[in-house]
Amino acid sequence: MTTTASIRNKHTGELDSKLVFRPKSRGYFPKGLCLAASLLIIIMLAVILGNIVIGGYHIISWDFLSSPPENGMESGGIFPAIFGTVVLVILMTIAVIPIGVFTAIYLQEYTRPEAHITQLIRMAINNLAAVPSIVFGLFGLGFFIGFIGNGIDSIFYSSEGPVWGQPAILWASLTLAVLTLPIVIVSTEEALRTIPCELKEASYALGATKLQTIWRVILPQAMPGILTGAILAVSRGAGEVAPIMFTGAAYYLPYLPGALNDQFMELGYHIYVMATQSPDIEATKPILYGTVLVLLGLTFALNFMAILIRSRLRLRRINA
Amino acid sequence: MKRMKFKPKSKVHEFLGEKLIAINAFAALIAIVLIFAFIFKEAIPILTDPEIQQEASIDKMTFKQEFYEGRDPKWSWQPNSEVPKYSVLPLVIGTLKAALVAMLFAIPLGVGAAIFSAEFASRRWREIIKPAIEMLAGIPSVVLGFFALIVLATIMQDMFGFLFRLNAVTAGIALGLAVIPIVFTIAEDAMTSVPISLRDAGLALGANQWQVSLTVVLPAALPGIAAGVVLGFGRAIGETMIVLMASGNAAIVSASLTDSMRTISASIAAELAEVVFGSAHYNVLFFLGTLLFIFTFLTNLGGELAVTKLKRRLQGRLS
Repeated sequence: MTTTASIRNKHTGELDSKLVFRPKSRGYFPKGLCLAASLLIIIMLAVILGNIVIGGYHIISWDFLSSPPENGMESGGIFPAIFGTVVLVILMTIAVIPIGVFTAIYLQEYTRPEAHITQLIRMAINNLAAVPSIVFGLFGLGFFIGFIGNGIDSIFYSSEGPVWGQPAILWASLTLAVLTLPIVIVSTEEALRTIPCELKEASYALGATKLQTIWRVILPQAMPGILTGAILAVSRGAGEVAPIMFTGAAYYLPYLPGALNDQFMELGYHIYVMATQSPDIEATKPILYGTVLVLLGLTFALNFMAILIRSRLRLRRINA
Repeated sequence: MKRMKFKPKSKVHEFLGEKLIAINAFAALIAIVLIFAFIFKEAIPILTDPEIQQEASIDKMTFKQEFYEGRDPKWSWQPNSEVPKYSVLPLVIGTLKAALVAMLFAIPLGVGAAIFSAEFASRRWREIIKPAIEMLAGIPSVVLGFFALIVLATIMQDMFGFLFRLNAVTAGIALGLAVIPIVFTIAEDAMTSVPISLRDAGLALGANQWQVSLTVVLPAALPGIAAGVVLGFGRAIGETMIVLMASGNAAIVSASLTDSMRTISASIAAELAEVVFGSAHYNVLFFLGTLLFIFTFLTNLGGELAVTKLKRRLQGRLS
């Protein structure tokens, strides 16, 4: 038997593999299996992305991005879907950011982590993150449209047809806001944890109250984390289809949404419609691939931005 | 440097601010309660309204029904036929079939890659595998559904000669792609939180690195890996767009994985848009939604509990 001596890297605590004297059995089999699993995942990812990029890149042009669908979606562009998606996620961000940020502040600054109320809220956040997206769709229909929308109609617009009690971009964006709430809370909390205690103490020492400290010291410091949360929420919201199917997305609209109670077209829903309802899938395919590439490019660009900001945040924590 | 001036503010101001933040913090809690309340509300007529119950009651949804006189009783989901049929069994079977394939596909890959990333991989490898998983997690499910429908289904049919182009295997594999990141992330997290002292003990006993990984670290992290599997299963049951697009949507009672199938979530997505508000069908779909909600709530609770317990135990050993 050979001796196993290991020397640890002083800074990272990891085993420095060069300094380990390995016995003869190197465990090629288990290592190989695990490597194969990793490789398979990477290959599948590459195949999916490669297929979409190759199928879609030649269709993307300024015309494609800026003109409406024509000919039963077999030609033309996807501008209304892009416009609808952008408006949708903007409305969603406006709704979700304040609620998410202040929830995170409450959890981090006002309560102890072991308090019952904190744990209850945390449990709710975790569960909210795991609720299937189709259930959010049902919720949006039952609560926002059925309860709030119909409620507004019966009070203010009783003589007319449905004004708010119908699928609309406002209800779809609020549904998505509920869905993305956990994302914003978690990344804001992560940022709040990196703020050094000395900053808060300094602020208190200058005579600031707790609220003033939060408003003028903690919030500005937490900005990158809030931004990360917003970006991740937008990336998630832009890709979700199930929650907006019954709350506001439309197959095809000849006009862009101009009011909060208008319906809208959306990229993900557009993909679903073209892929499953098209009478001639071969004719729709190029446009379909182009739309998928646009949606994928959008989500990946957003995720990449979030990763960049987050890694800078981590650096700050290490320096602190 | 920016000059900071803090005007002293009244106690009232401070008090109101704190209360507002505190009330706001209950948003997530309120949301989860509202979600359950408003979905369950629309499902209640199935339990109470005799008129609705004539079409769809718990009894009619669970057990074999004789829909036409003289014919054999059977389970059938045909809400739009002249005699509406609301047996949930075909949908439950479809959901479980797709989830089963997804888990068979995702557990070995997700856990294998997690072991590789946490134990064996060099830093360079880790910097490839982790972003790859993050990218996989970032692909919207409608895109995975699109890929399964347009590309994967054709490849699979050419390779295995499936009778039905869209079936549980194809949908399950696409679903597995959505589940892998969940299994990977939680399993990897569990393994990296195994304290170094445990590894050192293994090494001191003469095991080499991979033996320590498989005989010390892996068993210690097992509850965490199980949690990842449970949470992944919850996702597989609730995922909608992938199965809606790639499963063929045929609600049949069949044990075969190569038949077309329909899941609970896909039924809701496909049928809710055309359903009459307040009809039995409408209530049944909300009832299915309630089932999905309760199921994922329970899996999530179980998974969370396993993870917290594991972390506590591992930290206990460390001290």
